[in-house]
Amino acid sequence: MAELQNYQGILLEGAWLTLQVALLSLILAVFLGLLGALAKLSHSTILKGIATLYTTVIRGIPDLILMLLIFFGGQMLVNDLSYSLNEWLNELFTTYNPEHEWYSFLPDYIDISPYFAGIITIGFIFGAYMAETFRGAFMSVEKGQLEAATAYGMSKLKIFTRVMFPQMMRHALPGIGNNWLVLLKTTALVSIIGLQDMVKIAGDASGSTQQPFTFYFAVALVFLFFTTLSTALLKWAEQKYTIKTR
Amino acid sequence: MKSATLSIKNLHKSFADNEVLKGIDLDAHKGDVISILGASGSGKSTLLRCVNLLETPSSGEIRVNGELIEMKQDKKRGAVPASIKQVERIRSRLAMVFQGFNLWSHMTVLENVIEAPVHVLGVPKKEAIVKAEAILQRVGLYERKNYFPGQLSGGQQQRVAIARALAVEPEVMLFDEPTSALDPELVGEVLSVMRGLAEEGRTMLVVTHEMAFARDVSNKVLFLHEGLVEEQGKPEVIFENPSSERFKQFISSVY
Repeated sequence: MAELQNYQGILLEGAWLTLQVALLSLILAVFLGLLGALAKLSHSTILKGIATLYTTVIRGIPDLILMLLIFFGGQMLVNDLSYSLNEWLNELFTTYNPEHEWYSFLPDYIDISPYFAGIITIGFIFGAYMAETFRGAFMSVEKGQLEAATAYGMSKLKIFTRVMFPQMMRHALPGIGNNWLVLLKTTALVSIIGLQDMVKIAGDASGSTQQPFTFYFAVALVFLFFTTLSTALLKWAEQKYTIKTR
Repeated sequence: MKSATLSIKNLHKSFADNEVLKGIDLDAHKGDVISILGASGSGKSTLLRCVNLLETPSSGEIRVNGELIEMKQDKKRGAVPASIKQVERIRSRLAMVFQGFNLWSHMTVLENVIEAPVHVLGVPKKEAIVKAEAILQRVGLYERKNYFPGQLSGGQQQRVAIARALAVEPEVMLFDEPTSALDPELVGEVLSVMRGLAEEGRTMLVVTHEMAFARDVSNKVLFLHEGLVEEQGKPEVIFENPSSERFKQFISSVY
């Protein structure tokens, strides 16, 4: 236990990082999920196709593999892009000025931080799950509710913000809660791309102290604390919204 | 002569190959209470829903206070409103009461009543609340203003829906079978509110199965059959002396 106390501060910092990654990913996931759901419900074949491809591919591949693919692939993509852009700009300058010497307008190597890579990856993965949650929720809104809004002269935007969205959220809440719990636990994966979250810190600490059980147990407790708190909050929110109706 | 509050000319409506309305003419002047009767499938609800463009008419003219609702032809969808802004403005002047109430279930009774005045017509919230409370008082639901629709009986919900309609001070009130979804013992409270509205000179279009209401409250009755007006006139005339055999049968089958 003495070892645990030595690491207490840094572990708590890691826990805070985990929470940050989770919350920021959630925001991204909700945003992507709403876009995905609206695209799937739109009349445009192209939008529908893109959204279906997104949810099918993402939900069909393990999170761990996706995390590695997006992190390393993203790294390659960014660097290739930056290289091509440099090349293009230099060629452009050479056509106008034959004396032009090669210059790196963009850095040749951009290191993606595991923090943002983690948030983007997790947000991207859970956006696909959220899209399905929101799609179902949008479809559960009774047609009469929207018809009444139309009949009273609301614009499309007003119908969405005043009636569609609040009613949809009521149906989406249990699904969002479920996704949040899974998302929170998935943050443990960002340790493999090098983020100093509490899982990574626990791993390092157990390596140097030879007490893996102690550290991973502590991490488990922190996760359990986060999830229990979330469940309580979700229950409260669901109750708050269900009292409003029948 | 003053122009009609609502004027419909040669209105047609088809769903795919099925022509539901085959040329309807109807004029409603201020203070008219017009009951629209007909068997199911006669097109009476479709007619009402065309008035505020919940259904887009295939052809024909609709004027509200003399203003023509502009239509244009779309290659794919056929007739569509030329200006959605115009349609929204006209809709905000025509209040509708639905068969299934359609109160916004995430809002309280009071919020339902002030929603359109505040968020569509731009009435200041305080002002809207004062007015809404007076209207709720009138339909006998002031005490329930902070309830949610789901906590009320069907009859109470429909009275709130009527309050919601009154709150926009509509040119014409459209009632789409307002008592059809109610338990028999709750029909009376809704009809008595509607009777009060008719007495104070509201312009109303009422699609209904309530023969007593059509006969005693309205000043004009329209009987639709297969998308056409089969019989129309003052209730005291056509109920006593129906000229159409079908209307005669319809009355006797309902009584």
